[in-house]
Amino acid sequence: MPSTITSDIIRPPSPPIEGGFGGGGGPDGRGASRRASMTGLMVLLAATTMAFAAFTSAFVVRRGISNDWVALPMPRIVWVNTAVLLLSSVLLELARRSLKSGRRAGFNRYWTAGTALGVLFLVGQAVAWLQLRAAGIFVATNPSSSFFYLLTAAHGLHILGGLSALIYVDVAALLLRLGPGKRTAVDVSAMFWHFVDGLWIFLMVLFLVWG
Amino acid sequence: MSAPVVHAHHAPEGFIRKWVFSLDHKVIGVQYYFLALFSVLVGMSLSLLMRFHMVHPEAKVAWFAKLWPTAAQGGIMTPELYLSLMTMHGTIMVFFVLTTAPQSGFGNYFLPIQIGAEDMAFPVLNMLSFWTTFIALVVMVAAFFVQGGPPLSGWTTYPPLSGIGPLAGPGEGLGQTLWIVSIAIFCGASLMGAINFIATIIDLRCQGMSLMRLPLTCWTWFVTAILGLLGFAVLLAAGVLLILDRSAGTSFFIPGGLLVSDQILTHKGGSPLLWQHLFWFFGHPEVYIAILPGMGVTSQILSTFSRKAIFGYRAMVYAILSIGFLGFMVWGHHMFMSGMSPYSAMAFSVLTMAIGVPSAIKTFNWIGTLWGGKIHFTTAMMFALGFVSLFVTGGLSGIFLGQPALDLYFHDTYFVVGHFHMIMGVAAIFGMFAGTFYWFPKMFGRMMNETLGKIHFYITFLGVYAIFTPMHYLGIAGNPRRYSDFTNFDFLGKLLPVHSFMTQAAYGTAAIQILFFINLFWSMKYGKKAPMNPWNSTTLEWTVPSPPPFDNFGGHHPVVNHGPYEYSVPGAPRDFIMQTDPVDVVANPPATSH
Repeated sequence: MPSTITSDIIRPPSPPIEGGFGGGGGPDGRGASRRASMTGLMVLLAATTMAFAAFTSAFVVRRGISNDWVALPMPRIVWVNTAVLLLSSVLLELARRSLKSGRRAGFNRYWTAGTALGVLFLVGQAVAWLQLRAAGIFVATNPSSSFFYLLTAAHGLHILGGLSALIYVDVAALLLRLGPGKRTAVDVSAMFWHFVDGLWIFLMVLFLVWG
Repeated sequence: MSAPVVHAHHAPEGFIRKWVFSLDHKVIGVQYYFLALFSVLVGMSLSLLMRFHMVHPEAKVAWFAKLWPTAAQGGIMTPELYLSLMTMHGTIMVFFVLTTAPQSGFGNYFLPIQIGAEDMAFPVLNMLSFWTTFIALVVMVAAFFVQGGPPLSGWTTYPPLSGIGPLAGPGEGLGQTLWIVSIAIFCGASLMGAINFIATIIDLRCQGMSLMRLPLTCWTWFVTAILGLLGFAVLLAAGVLLILDRSAGTSFFIPGGLLVSDQILTHKGGSPLLWQHLFWFFGHPEVYIAILPGMGVTSQILSTFSRKAIFGYRAMVYAILSIGFLGFMVWGHHMFMSGMSPYSAMAFSVLTMAIGVPSAIKTFNWIGTLWGGKIHFTTAMMFALGFVSLFVTGGLSGIFLGQPALDLYFHDTYFVVGHFHMIMGVAAIFGMFAGTFYWFPKMFGRMMNETLGKIHFYITFLGVYAIFTPMHYLGIAGNPRRYSDFTNFDFLGKLLPVHSFMTQAAYGTAAIQILFFINLFWSMKYGKKAPMNPWNSTTLEWTVPSPPPFDNFGGHHPVVNHGPYEYSVPGAPRDFIMQTDPVDVVANPPATSH
């Protein structure tokens, strides 16, 4: 591996001046674009939280107001999927740690593995859907199945978005194009991934407690 | 670390990159503005058709039959067509005009310049946001031309009617589906816009631009973006549930045992009220999304043309924040009729009244700003004053509607129509007019014609009062809203002349808007060349040429030393201090400053 890239990762040169001082906080305008990306991510997560809060309130209200709710027989594979998703988050964190200490090969290994587990999670979710379908449980069968399909699909869309970010970073890393400018992409995509991971845990609790 | 260097960025060459898929926030702002202009023309035409129909329900109009062969057979408008016009009028006006022009239009253009940034934080996202909005508008307009007719469930799209599908009648098929799809796309666009606005304001402010030096326009754009972020996310979720009810056979909102068109539906157990809660959780903040940017522009203009600092800047900021915060806790006041517990109704009522406090603070401070000022009656100033007038008028009727006991009577009458048109419709539109006259020189490098502008102002101002004031009396007299025809009700017979008067007023007010369009387009080409700072304003957009260069500041990084509204400061060489003026511009600084 060319040593210049490694040393760039360890000691990135100062980012260019971008003009954003955040109201005079820093002595110069450096790093505004990275800060803006972080803020943008937080704002995006807030919007996602609101959308899922709306789904959750609909879930709880719909469950409470009527007597036609039948508990959903949750496919077992969902538990495996949960473990896969949690493991992928752990791998991404290990990848970030490797990057911080300059171990590029370690980063590539962990990040690729984490991304692969993300894909595996989606496949597992699809299997769960197929199993439900085989058991004769469709979207309109019962409100509990409506919500299960809806929430797993909405979550799956976020997984897809997160996966495309992970793959973008992975391709850049494997092609040795992960320059210092892409450190933000690494952090933002990993943080988004942890968020959808946490979101999945929340949904599991929702299904188990109220489903 | 090196000192900031002058490094100007140049605009991309080529028509497509420069004007169509532009990443420049200024071009995107203008694109949004013209999208809203197109939409307001469509929306206004629909309202004229409605007002025509109310006065002449039996009239046969040949081109109605041509335009809507089934909905207006023989040229006579059916009640369903009337409801379609009402639905499309409300939807287009609320989403594509009131949400689009003040925030995405002016906000996109002026927010980065006013905070001293070269562009928005995420220019590509910004471009995507505009083109997504454009697609949403195309889908919405397409709903006019589909089989089964345009949607007619109102801009609130209450289920069960909106959730059943073609069985429920005309407009409930593809038309209604397109409506929901369009709104879902619009939600996506608004979320992208909100992310951009919030990140830009938090991270891209130039040196010295502390939060308490932000122009009030930026504060309102900021809070509006937060409202849009939280509100549109919920509307998107609700829209997805509604689409599933319509097309996947689920029962989120459709109750059991419904008999529609002689068929018993298979849906069961859903709750139409669930939709109302989700919708109004978005719907009430939406009102503030429409009005807050107008408040910002009004504050900016009243201060500029009174040559006085805004009265109580901090109070204004906190009022904006508390309006935004309280706006999320009052959605229930749209649902007093739903049979909610009187205790909930009382809680929503008290919270609704509480919004009167920050609103009154704002009004008080606007008047305080005017008090003792050297007032320059430019057209922009007239429209800002008109905004204050309409905001007070519309706000006062809101106090009546916020009482559950009164709302039970008023809710389905013209009183509500009068109220929300005053405060959300025309007040916000006046904010846009004020912004247009104030910022036009900066946007297009030429001045608008003040004489035409004032004629336009006076007739519009009297016109909107003539249209919407009588609605309050109609409501008190019990005139129901959403009816297409009042001629068959004895108790409404005496009110028909009032409707006739309102229709005439609407024709006149709409006609005078032609003058505005002439002024706008004529001035773009032939208006007097605008100097850099025609109004002797203080904020950053007036420190750059008109129109501003591609990267706003020509590669310089502005440094802000002053608050946004330092007018008539004793000891200053001029009666205004630009935000970028040096710190020691005043020989003996006054005791108070921002």
